[in-house]
Amino acid sequence: MVESAPLINIIVQQADFDHAQEYQRLKDHGSQYGAIVTFTGLVRDMNLGESVSGLFLEHYPGMTEKVLNDLAKQAAQKWSLGAMTIIHRVGQLAINQQIVFVGVSSKHRSEAFEACQFLMDFLKTNAPFWKKELRQGSEHWIQKKQSDELAAQKWDT
Amino acid sequence: MKILFFGQLREQLGVAELLVNDGPDTVGGLREILASRGDLWQQYLSSKDVLVAVNQTLCDFDTAIHEDDEIAFFPPVTGG
Repeated sequence: MVESAPLINIIVQQADFDHAQEYQRLKDHGSQYGAIVTFTGLVRDMNLGESVSGLFLEHYPGMTEKVLNDLAKQAAQKWSLGAMTIIHRVGQLAINQQIVFVGVSSKHRSEAFEACQFLMDFLKTNAPFWKKELRQGSEHWIQKKQSDELAAQKWDT
Repeated sequence: MKILFFGQLREQLGVAELLVNDGPDTVGGLREILASRGDLWQQYLSSKDVLVAVNQTLCDFDTAIHEDDEIAFFPPVTGG
């Protein structure tokens, strides 16, 4: 039996997202999928020892969506998946607000776990987003982290 | 050609978008022309960390470019 291509949902928006609603969308996609893994990234109150009051997120409209869609298609080549959702917020975000959601469904758990981690690892190193940290009275662009590069590189082996 | 700048590079240069007519035929050539706009441009565009996309696809500085292309320069990405 030929498996159908997974459902891919990519959203870049300023507005918040509803985790329960996104989970439900993945769950409703098909009863043959017995596993859903979701990841949600939030704005932390501390980074590298500095107290943070919020974030500003910039993106490259058009390219960002294209890169995320390409990543989802790569994941679909590597694993047998039911549905994938990637939501990333842009603009001004306060502490503890949601930044990013990645949700994946598959028949069994290992594929969903791996695909979810793959999507996050490559989102961090490939998708054109730029984060500026807002501290008390100052702003700082976040620099790339080697740990993120290494996390993405491990998928090459 | 339409030139875009994002993130910290956009702030350092103080420009988000530029139009260049009769531009050069490679990304590297374009970077040289832009770098000649002043010391800040020279300094920030020559950083080895600067990434470039042509028509919304990442590429290297040897890539050929054409009059109706969209070329974006930006720092390493930091989303997620």
